[in-house]
Amino acid sequence: MLYAPKQEIALLSNAVNLLVHTATTDGGSFVGPSIDEFFPPVIFFAGTPFEINRIILIRFVAVAALVLVFWLGTRSMKLIPTRGQSIVEMGLDFVRVNIAEDLLGKKDGRRFLPLLTTIFFMVLFFNLTGVIPFLNIQGTSVIGVPLVLAVVAYGTFIYAGIKKSPAKFFKNALFPAGVPWFLYIIVTPIEFISAFILRPITLTLRLLMNMVVGHLLLVLFFTATQWFLFEAPGLFKVFGIGTVAFGFVFTLFEILVAVLQAYVFALLTAVYIQLAVAEEH
Amino acid sequence: MLHAVLRAAAATHNPLLPALPDLIWGALCFIVILFFFWKRVLPRMQKLLDERAEAIEGNIAKADEAQSKAEALLEEYTAQLAEARSEAAKIREQARADGAKILAELKEQATLEAARVTANAQAQIEAERQAAVVSLRTEVGSLAIDLASGVVGETLTDDKKAQAIVDRFLAELEASEAKAGSSK
Repeated sequence: MLYAPKQEIALLSNAVNLLVHTATTDGGSFVGPSIDEFFPPVIFFAGTPFEINRIILIRFVAVAALVLVFWLGTRSMKLIPTRGQSIVEMGLDFVRVNIAEDLLGKKDGRRFLPLLTTIFFMVLFFNLTGVIPFLNIQGTSVIGVPLVLAVVAYGTFIYAGIKKSPAKFFKNALFPAGVPWFLYIIVTPIEFISAFILRPITLTLRLLMNMVVGHLLLVLFFTATQWFLFEAPGLFKVFGIGTVAFGFVFTLFEILVAVLQAYVFALLTAVYIQLAVAEEH
Repeated sequence: MLHAVLRAAAATHNPLLPALPDLIWGALCFIVILFFFWKRVLPRMQKLLDERAEAIEGNIAKADEAQSKAEALLEEYTAQLAEARSEAAKIREQARADGAKILAELKEQATLEAARVTANAQAQIEAERQAAVVSLRTEVGSLAIDLASGVVGETLTDDKKAQAIVDRFLAELEASEAKAGSSK
């Protein structure tokens, strides 16, 4: 668990380094994307706590799309599903069977299914806005959504553990079985930090950094293509073909990452709940 | 290092510090989606899954019922068939017995009939013989007397005498016949 945020921070800084590097090598005429990408100007309610910018509008679009898809998909469900219903059912079954029931069993799986389903599809839809033309930025690329979801996941697993049995929950979390007692002096603080401090941080940063870097890479490839094709001198224009190819490949890769991160977030939430309600490790 | 990079890239924005609007709208989106799934999508999905399980179970029960019904029917048919067979055997037996009885009756009847016919025939023959004997006796008597009257020349009109003569003659005839019969 410890390595995860470091790795992602490293990823981010690499990406940012790359951008800065690119931006400086071609004599100032090419400006790469900056972190300001994620802080567009406010559109509505400027100066209030309800400021709405482009990214928040994109989130609304994603929520609307999600509600629309699942509203239509579950509007009139048939025993023998139609094609559209099958797809919606497949998505819901994926979370229900592969995440909730696999890790938590039938009973607890059903209890936490609304939360896990919400996390999975919210992250998925918000991630996918990054590759949808005219939206082109992930709803999860600003810390708000990853943080809210991580806090919810954190609260949920603590609630689940305390509801089940407070003593057992803290004992399992802080004093893992099978460790000689004197090692608890070292193990317990580590377990405490990893379980109660790092879990929400890693959940947040893993998702946020994946999306930030994904977005920056796509912006970099496509603005570079633009620059190579229309502004670069002479034969440098040929590089545009390379950058557009990379952009295309990374768009596909971003779709994979979008699904993967949604799965990872929902899966880890389920794992944390499972650890909290487990009888013994 | 990260901080240095971020400072370099954006002096004004730190992507790790959440802004209040970001949190508010993010939480709102989450709540909307959570309630949507919780109150609408998942109950419907659960209902569908239950219905589907029920349909499958229903079909299994229906199949079971059909199977047991078919088995009962088969048993009934088998029973009926066995009954019909025993019935047929009984009827055959009865028929055989009846046939034998009828045959015996017919035989008896035929025997009786034959006996009756024989008896009738015998009685008739006897009667005819009697009649013949009587008529012969009368005719032979008168013929003999006529003949004797002619031969003797005397009228044997005296019935008493005539009768005695005839009887004597006949007795002699019978005696001679009997003698001839025994000597034979």
